[in-house]
Amino acid sequence: MSERLRDKLNILADAAKYDVSCSSSGSDRKNTNKGVGNGHKSGICHTYTEDGRCVSLLKILLTNHCIFDCAYCVSRRSNDIERAAFTVDEVVELTMNFYRRNYIEGLFLSSGIFKNADFTMERLLRVVKKLRLEQNYNGYIHLKTIPGASDELITEAGLYADRMSINLEMPTETGLKLLAPEKSHQDVIKPLGFVKNQIIQFKEEKKLIKSVPKFVPAGQSTQMVIGATPETDKEIMYTAANFYKSFSLKRVYYSGYIPISNDSRMPILGTQPPLLRENRLYQTDWLMRFYGFDVRELLNDANPHLDTDIDPKLSWALRNMHHFPIDINTADYQMILRVPGIGVGSAQKIVQARKFGKLYIHQLKKIGIAYNRAKHFITCVDTPYQLKDFQAVQIKGFILAESQSKYLKTPNEQLLLF
Amino acid sequence: MIYIFDGSLEGILTSVFEWFERKPGLTKIIAKERHQPDAFSKSFEILTDRTKADRVWKGLTTRLGRDWMRRVYCSYLSEKPEIHQDVFDFCIYLFQHPAGAEKNYGNAQVLSMAQTARKVEREKHRMEAFIRFQKTADGFFYCGIDPDFNVIPLLINHFKNRYADQQWIIYDIKRHYGVFYNLETVEEIEMDIDVSLLKKSNQHMLDEQETLYADLWKDYFKSTNIVARKNTKLHTKHVPKRYWKYLTEKL
Repeated sequence: MSERLRDKLNILADAAKYDVSCSSSGSDRKNTNKGVGNGHKSGICHTYTEDGRCVSLLKILLTNHCIFDCAYCVSRRSNDIERAAFTVDEVVELTMNFYRRNYIEGLFLSSGIFKNADFTMERLLRVVKKLRLEQNYNGYIHLKTIPGASDELITEAGLYADRMSINLEMPTETGLKLLAPEKSHQDVIKPLGFVKNQIIQFKEEKKLIKSVPKFVPAGQSTQMVIGATPETDKEIMYTAANFYKSFSLKRVYYSGYIPISNDSRMPILGTQPPLLRENRLYQTDWLMRFYGFDVRELLNDANPHLDTDIDPKLSWALRNMHHFPIDINTADYQMILRVPGIGVGSAQKIVQARKFGKLYIHQLKKIGIAYNRAKHFITCVDTPYQLKDFQAVQIKGFILAESQSKYLKTPNEQLLLF
Repeated sequence: MIYIFDGSLEGILTSVFEWFERKPGLTKIIAKERHQPDAFSKSFEILTDRTKADRVWKGLTTRLGRDWMRRVYCSYLSEKPEIHQDVFDFCIYLFQHPAGAEKNYGNAQVLSMAQTARKVEREKHRMEAFIRFQKTADGFFYCGIDPDFNVIPLLINHFKNRYADQQWIIYDIKRHYGVFYNLETVEEIEMDIDVSLLKKSNQHMLDEQETLYADLWKDYFKSTNIVARKNTKLHTKHVPKRYWKYLTEKL
């Protein structure tokens, strides 16, 4: 019995791992009636796999049987792999026992579509209900919304889950149609919009009546596969920005495509996953969400792709040298945030500290900014006077010379012969 | 002037009180066990006094918000040798300046408090993540740890709220004390036997299902990894090697 369980876990965890959503944050569900578990506002990553991705949730599929045949997916109908399915009790037992040992922060439950959307959604719902109602479990639950499931089922699921998500899969409709002709972005947009409206409605009601239950307190997220189809970075990020805005998403995840088949429409087996590109997209995502950048400043028709050698914040600064240098002791917080080498934490400290007196270089360094990078864009009290006005390319050269990219394994300079 | 105190937080606070009584100017404070007498400087032994310490603590609470009070406490828990002086100087700096002085990140003590507290909070957060309970045959969930800083006092609330229906023990092997939750309250315990359940010889003390779930967890850890994305540097950055000896999946 335990051998079969181990097999199933291996198969269904392996199939679920391409879903990169891992966060366990955003929910502060309380542990009521001396049950087990609670939400942690900022989430906890309990361990990290050898590829450096965090493991905070037990991420599994209920089953990898699927009626769809999406070319980018491991569990596609036409793929010859071993299939398995958990019973409801098995998932509940696994979750509870892992959780009690502090292995995980909660459950991430997804599933291949078997029979039809409602049937699948109903099974997922049964697992979460059993956890919440029978096991008195208050830990984190991330549940996949199955596209096409009925509104009633989705609403009920939202009452028990902390986060719900549906994957966009491909950044553009044409890309999706190419690889998964049976699907369309509309299938995703409808339930995303429905859940969003429900969240707003429940929040409004909660203002009036305190006993209204929580509905998807940690919000919704989605995911896009990067590099399977030939979209530009601009198209990807514009789609992301649009979804952030229209559906108040908490996160959009970008998953570098890892070749899994010999399908001629996609990169061939053995191609390196686009890790650097993925990293740059996440950087752009962060700039949009925490640094007050508009996506059009970072990516536009003149620059449809992000630079590979420098990060998007630096490349924005180099394109807009007319804004710099700024005086750290007088500039707006919003402007300080835009300086390459200064993060949110340091920017806040600077704004508070300068009320007590002008700031000097040694203080900026101690506060924790990356001074060697930032020095080209800022002045403070004891900045050395400079006659020369460096051009953007020169500054880029200085910064690249003293930094080492973790992605460029072989330096691209020519070796000297003598 | 050198103040010699007993090394406790109350001791530091008493020192602050005594300093304002006497105003001896520039003062170093040093814990008794670290003190080495020298011929040239005057020293003064602080006798820890609860009421004086409480007055200073109360004084701090009128000036600092909850987040900063916690930072002071966290800094103290770091047990770094130089932190006593920083807490002491920070308190004096705070009482000598108008309210709001804690926001002056250009000041060395303020920055030291903020940065040390951050390190301690990070260690606390790591413990919340890396603690791996093992279920014993008599139904306790046990875990031994040896954190860089003395973070057990900061962990209690989290584990008490989360695992309200199971009895658990978190034991600091390095500092020889731990906490035990008995389904009602958390109490401090000391054990003098070797209870490392990770050892082979102690396997009989475990619950019969313990190895099954540990194995399942190890399996899960392996199957959720994407080999094509291998990134050992990032992996060890997030899970530093010194913690591996307590992680079920890394054993």
